Amino acid sequence: MTRPTDTALPGKGMPAIPASKRWLEAVPWLLALGTYAAAPQYAPLLTQIFVMILFAMSLDLLVGYTGIVTLGHAAQFGTGAYVAGILAARGWITDPTMTAVIAMVAAGCIGLFFGSLMLRTKGLAFLMLSVASGMFLYEIANKATGITGGDDGLQGVVFSPLLGLWEFDFRGTTAFFYSFVMLFLTFIFLRRVVNSPFGWSLRGLRENDLRMSAIGCHNYRRRLTAYTIASTLAGLAGAVQAQCTGFVALNSLSFELSGAVLIMLILGGSGRLYGAMFGVPIYMFAQDYLAKRDPTNWFLWQGIILLILVLFARGGVLSLAERGFHACCRRRPG
Amino acid sequence: MSSTLINILFFGLSYGMILYMTSVGLSITMGLMGFVNLAHGVFAMLGGYATVTLMNSLGVPFFPALLAACIMVTVLGFVLERLLYRRLYGATELDQVLFSMALIFISVAIARIFWGPLAQPIALPKYLHGHIDLIGATIPTYRLFLLVFGSVVAAALWLGFDRTLFGARVRAAVEDHAMAEAVGINTDRLFALTFGLGTGLAALGGGLGAEILAISPGYPLQYIIFFLIVVAVGGLGSIKGPLYASLIIGLADTATKYIMPEAGMIFVFAFVFLLLRWRPQGIVSRRKG
Amino acid sequence: MSELPVLEARELNKAFGPIAVTRNVNMSLMRGERRALIGPNGAGKTTFVNLLSGRLRPTTGNVFLNGIDVSRADEATRSKLGIGRTFQITSLFPALTAHENIFLALAESAGFGMHILRSARSYGSLHDRADELLEKVGLLGAAATSVQQFPYGQQRLIEIAVALALEPKVLLLDEPAAGIPTSERDLILDIVKALPSDIAVLLIDHDMDLVFRFAQRITVLVQGAILVEGSPAEIAADQSVRDVYLGERS
Ligand SMILES: Nc1ncnc2c1ncn2[C@@H]1O[C@H](COP(=O)(O)OP(=O)(O)OP(=O)(O)O)[C@@H](O)[C@H]1O
Ligand SMILES: [Mg+2]
Repeated sequence: MTRPTDTALPGKGMPAIPASKRWLEAVPWLLALGTYAAAPQYAPLLTQIFVMILFAMSLDLLVGYTGIVTLGHAAQFGTGAYVAGILAARGWITDPTMTAVIAMVAAGCIGLFFGSLMLRTKGLAFLMLSVASGMFLYEIANKATGITGGDDGLQGVVFSPLLGLWEFDFRGTTAFFYSFVMLFLTFIFLRRVVNSPFGWSLRGLRENDLRMSAIGCHNYRRRLTAYTIASTLAGLAGAVQAQCTGFVALNSLSFELSGAVLIMLILGGSGRLYGAMFGVPIYMFAQDYLAKRDPTNWFLWQGIILLILVLFARGGVLSLAERGFHACCRRRPG
Repeated sequence: MSSTLINILFFGLSYGMILYMTSVGLSITMGLMGFVNLAHGVFAMLGGYATVTLMNSLGVPFFPALLAACIMVTVLGFVLERLLYRRLYGATELDQVLFSMALIFISVAIARIFWGPLAQPIALPKYLHGHIDLIGATIPTYRLFLLVFGSVVAAALWLGFDRTLFGARVRAAVEDHAMAEAVGINTDRLFALTFGLGTGLAALGGGLGAEILAISPGYPLQYIIFFLIVVAVGGLGSIKGPLYASLIIGLADTATKYIMPEAGMIFVFAFVFLLLRWRPQGIVSRRKG
Repeated sequence: MSELPVLEARELNKAFGPIAVTRNVNMSLMRGERRALIGPNGAGKTTFVNLLSGRLRPTTGNVFLNGIDVSRADEATRSKLGIGRTFQITSLFPALTAHENIFLALAESAGFGMHILRSARSYGSLHDRADELLEKVGLLGAAATSVQQFPYGQQRLIEIAVALALEPKVLLLDEPAAGIPTSERDLILDIVKALPSDIAVLLIDHDMDLVFRFAQRITVLVQGAILVEGSPAEIAADQSVRDVYLGERS
């Protein structure tokens, strides 16, 4: 009867793509591969973008779907990066897949730990704790120079060939495909998650958490589960970055990174997974263009863009595009 | 040993007083309007810049400069509230966070354009320069002055909050918006006034504390965690909570720096996590659950 | 042998600071009972429902569900054990569709909330059940509209449908018909009357006409305490009720 179909569900959270336009879903992926084919020298930049998209997507599960606004997501990203980096730098485990898995587990545990401490608070207290969670690890990493390299970061980390076959090469070919595949797998996984009953319940929490507990949901546990999943994926993003660049910067745990990834997500549009795919490249290109001349400039523009987003363009670039698209559609038959 | 203790006590408490003055406005406005204003530090920074500029460029003495800075920032806060903040009272927490981040970025940029990237030195008046011998320790006069001044401000705020009609209105509105409005309190105006007052206090803290929390463009980001901790630990909408929280944080941070500098903020963070796990609403909370 | 009450409040007390809002309330709801709870504004009716549903913890006293003490159980647990409720102030998931609102309740009560990898669309029987419930409240045609777009009266109907989706043993309805047009009031009354006869229903309302058409028994709450309890006829005839409550309204 009225079984929900993609077209039937407007509003946030569900893909607003009609079934007949499903092919649209392949566009971003083909675009990425096409860019690489046309300009393979940009592989490192594309890799960096994929990593950030992966990171922003994991944040979307919290911010966009569950309504958990965190300013400390880098805590988990950095954990993943450092765990993978340290394992390889010490020569304990250098296999990329193994280190990625261990990094994910570590980041998941960190997320579970901080989440269990934070998720009973709300609003300003939660925000503060989320900032503190990142800064806490940052301080530790900063002080434990023997293990982390402190301020200088962890340099010259070498991983063994991917699956024993492909060396992480100078031109970044392996890194490109590796990060591409990881991003794709994450996307597929997250899409399943957000379309499951669990994912729907997260949107319920976002919309009205008091009602969720009245219909039998243990909100704290549900949020903690979401937080842990998002943390695990953020850890994967961190690990992939460490593997692809052979370097872990202290910055990977920083408040600045937590803030930046939130802005990237919002810029694209949260609560739709695709937002990250648009927000991240736009942000990174804008940063490249605007910050090159003067960092002051970049602060100013970031502020202005954010202000515009909040006051006039809620829902980010994707939402704007969608509105434009609908406006055109409506005009055509009329 | 005991001189270290006295040092920690004085440095910690005077530092706590600065934290208190800069943050208490945030606690009240958060409690009153539920607005997650991460940009509160901006007003403290502007207060600091205004004080320093008035003193260095125009030769205004310290206290008049401080007063003028307070007034200017209060007016600015009032105007910003009317123009921008109020548009977002009903908005989601996410929007409020992003909006206040935007204000931070813009103010950082403006500060860099006008004052450059370096910290601004503040030339305190001569009589605040020296030291005072106190039970075996030498305490900078400035620190002692901060302690006294901060206590006076705290006492004045407490009296104002507890004993005046304005204070009673604010308390009523913090506890129950709808009810306050129903009994004829103009909450709209109350918000604007309180917001202005809160930003003015932040400016005071910024100017007074310029030697402890250095005035540079990074100010609102660099110290954001302190303001947030004070408010979250103290409890929203309270005058006393943030005082306790500021003093505790000031002492804890100073003690760590003396005894175990390599630990940085780690103990402070650990303490905050445990405290909020135990009391998610903070030490004192006036807001209805 | 007397039957065990489905829901029982024993010596319930609730105070907000110095103000006692619920005082020594004892109440038993039997299986299938249709009970109304009335009382002037601020009498503590909503607070009492919150104590029963677990949103609030009593200062002292206990709540029993089928003889089991649930006083320590949180709202979610009590919901799973069979207490369903609606809210005086509409409490739905505004951006989600009517169908999704109900599906969420169905999925939670079926214990599917932690199913992470299976598509929500594949739970065919739950979707059918959601459609049935929407049909029951006459809103099947608008299943795919987000609830914030519904007029107030229809939101109240969805509110009820969400509670029904939990298949509760006890249904607590906090002023389900307040502030909506008469025609929809009757619809609400019809829906409530048509509920399976084994569900106990506690209904709060200020509309005496509705209350007397609905209830088998009526409890009158005044200033947090029970004034009287009895059949509609007894309540209608009770002088103290007239003084305190009915008198005030006329
Ligand atoms: N969280 C709270 N804190 C303090 N007082 C409260 C709280 N909740 C309710 N009250 C007070 O308790 C009393 C009873 O409120 P309640 O909402 O239960 O009444 P009610 O009978 O449902 O009224 P109405 O018919 O208007 O819905 C009121 O005086 C109210 O102000
Ligand atoms: Mg009520």
